[in-house]
Amino acid sequence: MDNAESIVKFEHISVQFPSVLANDDVSLEIKKGEVFALVGENGAGKSTLMKVLYGMNEPVAGKVYIKGELITKYNPSEAIRLGVGMVHQHFMLVPSFTVAENIVMCKEPMKNGIFFDEKGACEIVENLVREYGLKVSPKDRIDRISVGLQQRVEILKTLYRGADILILDEPTAVLTPQETDELFDVIRRIVREKQMTVIIITHKLYEVMAISDRVGVMRRGKLVGVEQTKNVNERILASMMVGREVLLPKLERKKTSGEELINIKSLTVLDNRSLEAVKNLSLSVHAGEIVGIAGIEGNGQSELVEAITGLRQYKSGSITICGKDIKGMTPGKIRDIGVSHIPEDRMTTGVSLSASIEDNLISGKHKAEEFAVKGIHMKRKPIREYAKRLFEEFDIRSSSVEISAGSLSGGNMQKVVLAREISFENPVIIISQPTRGVDIGAMEFIHKLIIDERNKGCAILLVSADLDELFALSDRIVTIYEGRITGEFVNGEIDKSDIGYYMTNASKIDE
Amino acid sequence: MGEIFNVALLQNTLRTATPIVLAALGGLFTQHAGIMNIGMDGMILTGAFFAVLGSYFFASAAMGVLLAVLVGILIGLFFGVFVIRFKSDEFIIGVALNIFAGGLTVFLLRTIFGVKGAFSNPGIHPIPAINIPVIGSIPILGELLNNNTVFVYVSWILVAVTYLFIYKTPWGIRLRASGEAPHSLESAGVNPNLYKYLASILCGIFCGFAGAHLSLGYLTMFTEGMSASRGYIAFACVIFGMSNPPKVFLAALLFGFLDALGLRLQSLGVPSSLTSIIPYLMTIIMMVYVVIHKNKKELNI
Repeated sequence: MDNAESIVKFEHISVQFPSVLANDDVSLEIKKGEVFALVGENGAGKSTLMKVLYGMNEPVAGKVYIKGELITKYNPSEAIRLGVGMVHQHFMLVPSFTVAENIVMCKEPMKNGIFFDEKGACEIVENLVREYGLKVSPKDRIDRISVGLQQRVEILKTLYRGADILILDEPTAVLTPQETDELFDVIRRIVREKQMTVIIITHKLYEVMAISDRVGVMRRGKLVGVEQTKNVNERILASMMVGREVLLPKLERKKTSGEELINIKSLTVLDNRSLEAVKNLSLSVHAGEIVGIAGIEGNGQSELVEAITGLRQYKSGSITICGKDIKGMTPGKIRDIGVSHIPEDRMTTGVSLSASIEDNLISGKHKAEEFAVKGIHMKRKPIREYAKRLFEEFDIRSSSVEISAGSLSGGNMQKVVLAREISFENPVIIISQPTRGVDIGAMEFIHKLIIDERNKGCAILLVSADLDELFALSDRIVTIYEGRITGEFVNGEIDKSDIGYYMTNASKIDE
Repeated sequence: MGEIFNVALLQNTLRTATPIVLAALGGLFTQHAGIMNIGMDGMILTGAFFAVLGSYFFASAAMGVLLAVLVGILIGLFFGVFVIRFKSDEFIIGVALNIFAGGLTVFLLRTIFGVKGAFSNPGIHPIPAINIPVIGSIPILGELLNNNTVFVYVSWILVAVTYLFIYKTPWGIRLRASGEAPHSLESAGVNPNLYKYLASILCGIFCGFAGAHLSLGYLTMFTEGMSASRGYIAFACVIFGMSNPPKVFLAALLFGFLDALGLRLQSLGVPSSLTSIIPYLMTIIMMVYVVIHKNKKELNI
């Protein structure tokens, strides 16, 4: 492998985005027939660099060579011509089209000179399926198939266009452990049998170890190191990514057991399309306990959380919090009885982007005598002092408490949400995706905060798409599939690879 | 009842439905390309004006239609530049286009023809009705289907052509993709805006047909504001027919029928202020229906 010829070459690439230098003088060679992993925290510039290769970003400086040819025009059709294919993090599929239509689009087989050849397209797909062993049925509609299958369609699309250099951007983020294993099998097979070159962008280090031959680490736009995978381990990679030693300590867990604070009985909740998103679900959470909900996104988690926090009416069943039935209560009323909520999308529901950080920190308490005279006139000085105290306590990093919350980075914005919600000192906390898009440093801190609240005796319901997070924090893990609970485990009873089975309800796994 | 429901009613249905069919077929292109086009009314109105202009000055109905189509292309392009290139709000540009078309046609009517309100002149060559003996010989239906103006037949053909284009050609597939998932085209190295422009221009052409039919086929004159909200009704038909050409065609026929029914009732003494409500009332009922069944459709489109 060391002597293999280079197939892609970046020379001193810099990419400038309006406010940030996204790639800073990056030089990198990818070798023919290898699996190259590109790792780094969010915003480190991995996707930016790969989009240069795919012609979607144009560098301000530097050169790119693909198979020895210097790239002069940066657009995807040029990249496709040279055999580069990219599977984006957010799929580029047309939901209402069939699998076959999506695969052949923009390079359609024709009949009679003007018509799209539907039969021919299906044959093309069937041939690809045979050749690469990626099973899909050509006539299925994209919006009716699982995310794992959609990803296969994306891969087949690049193969149909003749790609032999395949870029996969965070391919496992939406997959179950089983689907991830299948994907890795596919990658190994196409590299071995078809001599393809695969570049995989990820921030999951164990995946790097599992699949790659070499690994490049990016931090703040710079490439900080390229190593043979066999010469590194997860710990080394983590410290390269963050720029310091990451300890990820074992979180201390006090033994607690308390009264039942959340009790959900036979709950049914409808989604926006009036379909049952949560079906006859029962669940309870006790004081001093973290219950984690594991499931593929879109299996009713969001609707469940919205029902508990009063953001969505529920159809039937009951929710009792701190002994009170919350049927018909407004979100404000539910907060008053003792519920804090850290929502999944901090940008839309977590903070007000245009309001200042200090105003965000006191919202919910803004009518308290402490901050407003008679609940009307805001007292700026105490607000500012309070905000500064929370800044200290929650390690929020920003130049000032007066600037808009929208200017904060993801991790700091999330800390603002946590600071506000935890400072209510409510006995019940509902948390969704607490560390999505947050860097490792902030993640450590947020995990510690959550455990601290548990140790203080809060009842915490945690929804996360990140299995590592659920396993690190939860006392109990409940799996959800299509709005139903499919399994319940005391943490430690089950491991990550087995839980995927329950998240996909086993009997319904594709194929 | 026999006084209301007769062959003449059906003939009127075809006549009044045709401009709506043509415009709605145009509107379904933009709808598929992800552009909410409420500017069709203005497109029809300018088409109607320039059809008369062309027909009058070149003494030929064909030239009238050609001019209407050319202007339609220009307006489609104009609409596209604002909506696609400058990413302006579609709704506002559509409304602006309608107001602009109203003002422009009145202005040109006065400066070119020197008249107010309406221009009718023996010099305007209408689009001829055509006699197709084969159709004429069909019992009962023959009377209804024969001797219509060219655009009635053209509109039927266009329903099929549009359907084939949208669903059975690669360009139609890409046009639909440009509305539903433009990134899918971009990542394939194809600029989705090309297809949005194509949709916008096709819509301009079809609305040009609708306008020409209105001023050279349906009537042989131009009157201010003669599009009479047909563009909006066409838009309603696009939504109601889920942008599917045959369904849109049926929706337009339904409107045509109600319109014709209104005229019929009027001639029987029902106040016109009541009868003219019918198509609009129907629009509201249809929209309510669409909203109620939205969920179902989202799953079935």
